[in-house]
Amino acid sequence: MSKVENAPPVAAVSPSTRTGRAPLLWVALGIVVLLLLPHVLYPVFVMKALIAALFACAFNLMLGYGGLLSFGHAAFFGTAAYAMAHSTKVWGWPFEAGLLLGVIAAGFMGVVIGVLAIRRQGIYFAMITLALSQMLYFVYLQTPFTHGEDGIQGVPRGRVLGVFDLGDSMIMYHTLLLIVLCGFWLIWRAVHSPFGQVLKAIRDNEPRAISLGYNVDRYKLLAFILSAALSGLAGALNAVVFQLASLNDTTWQHSGEVILMTLLGGVGTILGPAVGGVLVVTLQNYLAASGLPVDVVIGLIFIACVLVFRRGLIGELLAWREKKKS
Amino acid sequence: MSYQALMAQLAIGVSNGAFYAMLSLGLAVIFGMLNVVNFAHGALFMLGAFVALFLKLKLGLGYFPALLIVPIVVGLVGVLIDLTMLKRLRGLDPLYSLLLTFGITLVLEGIFRYFYGSSGVPYSAPDELVGAVDLGFMIMPLYRFWVIVASAVVCFGTWYAIERTRLGAYLRAATENATLTQAFGINVPVLLTLTYGLGVGLAGFAGVLAAPIYQVNPLMGSNLIIVVFAVVVIGGMGSILGAIVSGFALGILEGLTKVFYPEASNIVVFVVMAIVLLVKPAGLFGRAT
Amino acid sequence: MSTDAVLSVQDLQAWYGESHVLHGMGFDVRAGEVVALIGRNGAGKTTTLRAITGIVKKRTGSVRIESHEAIKLRSDKIAKLGLGYVPEERGIFATLSVRENLLLPPAVKPNGMTEAQIYELFPRLQERARSQGTKLSGGEQQMLAIARVLRTGARLLLLDEPTEGLAPVIVQQIGRIIRDLRSQGFTILLVEQNFRFAATCADRFFVVEHGRVVDQVAAGDMEAKSGELAAYLGV
Repeated sequence: MSKVENAPPVAAVSPSTRTGRAPLLWVALGIVVLLLLPHVLYPVFVMKALIAALFACAFNLMLGYGGLLSFGHAAFFGTAAYAMAHSTKVWGWPFEAGLLLGVIAAGFMGVVIGVLAIRRQGIYFAMITLALSQMLYFVYLQTPFTHGEDGIQGVPRGRVLGVFDLGDSMIMYHTLLLIVLCGFWLIWRAVHSPFGQVLKAIRDNEPRAISLGYNVDRYKLLAFILSAALSGLAGALNAVVFQLASLNDTTWQHSGEVILMTLLGGVGTILGPAVGGVLVVTLQNYLAASGLPVDVVIGLIFIACVLVFRRGLIGELLAWREKKKS
Repeated sequence: MSYQALMAQLAIGVSNGAFYAMLSLGLAVIFGMLNVVNFAHGALFMLGAFVALFLKLKLGLGYFPALLIVPIVVGLVGVLIDLTMLKRLRGLDPLYSLLLTFGITLVLEGIFRYFYGSSGVPYSAPDELVGAVDLGFMIMPLYRFWVIVASAVVCFGTWYAIERTRLGAYLRAATENATLTQAFGINVPVLLTLTYGLGVGLAGFAGVLAAPIYQVNPLMGSNLIIVVFAVVVIGGMGSILGAIVSGFALGILEGLTKVFYPEASNIVVFVVMAIVLLVKPAGLFGRAT
Repeated sequence: MSTDAVLSVQDLQAWYGESHVLHGMGFDVRAGEVVALIGRNGAGKTTTLRAITGIVKKRTGSVRIESHEAIKLRSDKIAKLGLGYVPEERGIFATLSVRENLLLPPAVKPNGMTEAQIYELFPRLQERARSQGTKLSGGEQQMLAIARVLRTGARLLLLDEPTEGLAPVIVQQIGRIIRDLRSQGFTILLVEQNFRFAATCADRFFVVEHGRVVDQVAAGDMEAKSGELAAYLGV
């Protein structure tokens, strides 16, 4: 398409060069708040928000740093949820093994879908990931182990390290917090590693990255697998917290939700997707109680984000701060 | 497997393919001109079916008037969408317009789901199209036959309008090089809005055709549109004819799968897409992107 | 500035994105004249044409066509002021047949050439009317690009490097066409890299450097100024 060849990639609207170290003070403060939060709010709600935040950050690895919009990330979330639920409930696996299986299963799906999808770019990438995840949805609808519309119910929470009972919501919370923080740390490391730099170079100018001798497809695929595996981590945790792995996890609406979280918070920022995830979950909670049609509100926010708010909350904030500095 | 049952599934396959063809045709035209992947295509297809329903319930207007009125109504909705929203995204990464039209889809479906739930409302075919027709080699439900004929006519008409008329030449020129086309004195912005209106009008028309087959329900579009995306990936969005041919072909393939391996009928189109991506990444009729 | 200027450009500034390309371009073209913009590659000649036609949107200053201010108009409105644009690399559409290419630009003024008159001038186009536009040879494509704007009734033509990449025989033919159009009263603004060619058909020359006019030469003074011109053009 000749008319848009100069259009900046989606993520480029955000100030992308956020290198350097995360301000340790803020990180420490954040962790303190997260430790106090379940004493103020429902632990399950906070856990839901944390899972959403992890999912969105994992997704953003692809869109924000790889410049590729996946419209099928629910497939990874859902796959891991089923793997976790089935292995712990039917096979009696311990929590840790189930979690690992979930991550591996999602990563494996990432390989399969990624290999196909990176053969095309831009808009086609989005359509292919959407179609393949929809295919997976139909597969899960029909295979017996997922129990179709009912989902896998009554997933046992089990014990961490065979000792701490996750049935206690505080123990569940702290375990989950630790795992989610590890996930964030991994994403942060990936983005600021040489690998992340190459990824950004590909996003900003793929032909140049190719001419510099990078195997662009391999980098994209690696990023995709990492993103899928971390989305799986979120999905597996979700299955444990809610003791349920259901078809809803794999729907295209769920894929859309994670896009919205990222867009709302700020594509290509470290913190943005997490903030967006928390916001969307809060909003859903509130709307579910109000009786308003959730989808309509979510759709309207989507429209508003795209039309007037393309940098997202954190993106706008960073841009505003940068402007003030200069 | 009896001959008659095979033929019956084949007929269903061809008529499903007719919907794929009409929808992927509209998507291809819109993408070619506006560089927009119109996620809302499915929701506007659904809107078409609902408008037909309202015309019947509120105004007592039947199926045939609906076939004429609905595309205009849905086309006007499209014009409104383009003027108020899509127009602001011209020249930006097409992912934004994909996300915008996704948002529009959520809103439209959400509204109808709020009032109608997820279950369908039946819309009966007109008396003239009830019954069966003997084609010599098989007996086919008349309405299915009508869908195939009507969509073939509409697809051919669209192809003719684009490839053989003056307006079509404008469209092709603007698709190839919008800047130069405009510098010759052609009002390209209006042309773009018009194209979006026409493309979604086509989806509205398909929605009326679909109403008597599927029940009129809020989710009828989005389930279809994802399959149509796969069709478009298979055919390549560059070609009008490619969109039509792959639409019909995949409908037939899906029908055959229902006969020989029904469990896979939901996913066969996606499997074909995966194979095409492995063998010919640019799509069967596509230019490399 | 003379009052009979068909095209008058004053203090024209233009940008491609962030990069400032034209810095106060100014010249005028009188009715019935052939004026050539000459200069090195990247001097801003093509951008000048693209700014006049409105293809380059980010621009300030003044562009008056038949005394209508065009600086704020959209490109399709500018064309309707009576402008015919023959772009760089000819701009023939691959998805249109030769005839569709020819009929594409809408009429902008009355009394444009009819299709028959055009085929009389360019018989080759009639023979190839049904073939794909870009299947024509380079020279034929250039003829098509010129023929295309003659149909519209535009009396002011902008020609961007019409001889680029063409064989000497074809270049001579194009020179004849331009002189012929001039004798029919067309006003022509020509951008040329090929100075020798421009010398055969232009009345006046503006030398462009760094996005502005640095010198003006009338056809009669060519010999006297040849040394300076050689320096400007780096030949």
